[in-house]
Amino acid sequence: MSLITSAIGQGLLWAVLGLGLFLTFRILDFPDMTVEGTFPLGAATAVALIYRGMNPLLATLCAFLVGMVAGLITGLLYTKGRIPILLAGILVMTAAYSVNLRIMGRANLSLLGKSSLFKNDFLASLPQYFDSVFVGLVVIIVVTLLLVFFLNTNLGQAFIATGDNPTMARSIGIKTDRMTIMGLMISNGMIAMGGALVAQNNGYADVNMGIGIIVIALASIIIGEVAFGDLSLTQRLVAVTLGSILYRFVLLIVLQLNFSANDLNLLSAIILAICLLLPRFRKFFHFDRLIERSVRDERNN
Amino acid sequence: MNATTNETTNETVNADTATKTPLLELKDVSTVVNAHTANETKILNGLNLTVYPGDFITVLGSNGAGKSTLFNVIGGNLNADEGDVLLHGKSIKRESEEQRTRFLARVFQDPKLGTAPRMTVAENLLLASKRGQRRGLVPRGLRKHLDEYKTMASTMNNNLENRLNTATGSLSGGQRQALSFLMAVESKPELLLLDEHTAALDPKTSQQLMTATNDRIAADHLTCLMITHRLEDALKYGNRLIVLNAGKITFDVRGEEKKQLTREQLFNFFEDL
Repeated sequence: MSLITSAIGQGLLWAVLGLGLFLTFRILDFPDMTVEGTFPLGAATAVALIYRGMNPLLATLCAFLVGMVAGLITGLLYTKGRIPILLAGILVMTAAYSVNLRIMGRANLSLLGKSSLFKNDFLASLPQYFDSVFVGLVVIIVVTLLLVFFLNTNLGQAFIATGDNPTMARSIGIKTDRMTIMGLMISNGMIAMGGALVAQNNGYADVNMGIGIIVIALASIIIGEVAFGDLSLTQRLVAVTLGSILYRFVLLIVLQLNFSANDLNLLSAIILAICLLLPRFRKFFHFDRLIERSVRDERNN
Repeated sequence: MNATTNETTNETVNADTATKTPLLELKDVSTVVNAHTANETKILNGLNLTVYPGDFITVLGSNGAGKSTLFNVIGGNLNADEGDVLLHGKSIKRESEEQRTRFLARVFQDPKLGTAPRMTVAENLLLASKRGQRRGLVPRGLRKHLDEYKTMASTMNNNLENRLNTATGSLSGGQRQALSFLMAVESKPELLLLDEHTAALDPKTSQQLMTATNDRIAADHLTCLMITHRLEDALKYGNRLIVLNAGKITFDVRGEEKKQLTREQLFNFFEDL
């Protein structure tokens, strides 16, 4: 039971990443590698600030802002500098590694004996692992509501149109460069905030905690889509969170098969690859059924 | 036929419109590709064009004559290397494509270019209604516009009004292009550019859209430039017809003179080019 609770808690906390990446991967329609750098950047920022005595909530907010700066840099390189988005993301991701080391002063910084968002009397009174479920739930509800509001404003609609058809967006006066930069900033801000939350939950930040992050974030998006099919935009946002929880369940099952935690990235990649291939399989099976039906119809005639 | 020279057309223009001030002027506009190389070519070559409010100009010309380049220079997708572009007498040469959308709307030939495929018909119409305006953090208010959009869509006579909540990507080409057209005209732009907007459609759908286009332009007194390859359409619609050749306007008729023009005359003129 506690394993399941823990998986739900982890799923909720990591869903912030999925939602952040959704803005670039699904709405702007490109893969943003920056996230591999902004996730540990957010973690490092928050942990370093809390370590020096800052209020955890404020430190998490600072992580969000620092993540936005990273997104801004990728956005400027991509739109104004005309560097392909994959390369722009990799550049900022690589640079972020050194920045993270600077921020923490070492490769690994522990919050042992320090405060965090997960340390207060109310959360301590909850059963084991329910602290991350509670914090995760609050964060996800707030973030999802804000996103739904934003995407349904005139600005949000212009943002969606930019990803959907940039030529058309420009032709009706939408400044697509600005929209792209804004999307990258919000997305990376959210992912840095996710990093701050996960680091506080784990009790430490590590410079290497960003490796494979994009795969985990993508997995929650793709699993949500594969599991729930055709949805409205608001429903799709909720599906990302559910996908993130489902991903934790799958991971839980796989780890029960006695894989080592060192295999985690390999397993994540395999799970994501299977989910990405599922629609292809499905198409294949539909095709089979189609043939079967046509043969049967012919016989009846 | 006696090809009308530039001088005489200019005289008739001046006589016709002495009292009107021009909406758009292109003065000695040239665009160069492959500048400073052996392949340097001028697509537009010292082109002059004056458009008056209410003009509906059909634009003819063979491939490579510079029709699309002309639209790109007006629309701001391409900067004129020489010459100037004026709106109400003021130069807009330095304005970006986005800035020019406050007075200009454009419909492309490819139905896919004019609409956002994953957004619904109504969402597309709402987006376009804010053409050239600031888009802030205020709720979009889609629902209160639905009736208005239904009425608007029903003028296209192709069942578009019953698909307002459908993603644009699943519309037929004709419906999608009709939507592109509505999106272009719904904010009543000062200048409308139609770039062969019916060319990708089947003959019947194409005719339907062309009729709806003409009705809308007449009803809203829109100023419009329309590129077409169909001589019939160029003759039937609009109050002025220009022919582009090698980056210049080589033929320019308006009013009565355009009404008298026959398909044969126009065809022969093209043969002589």
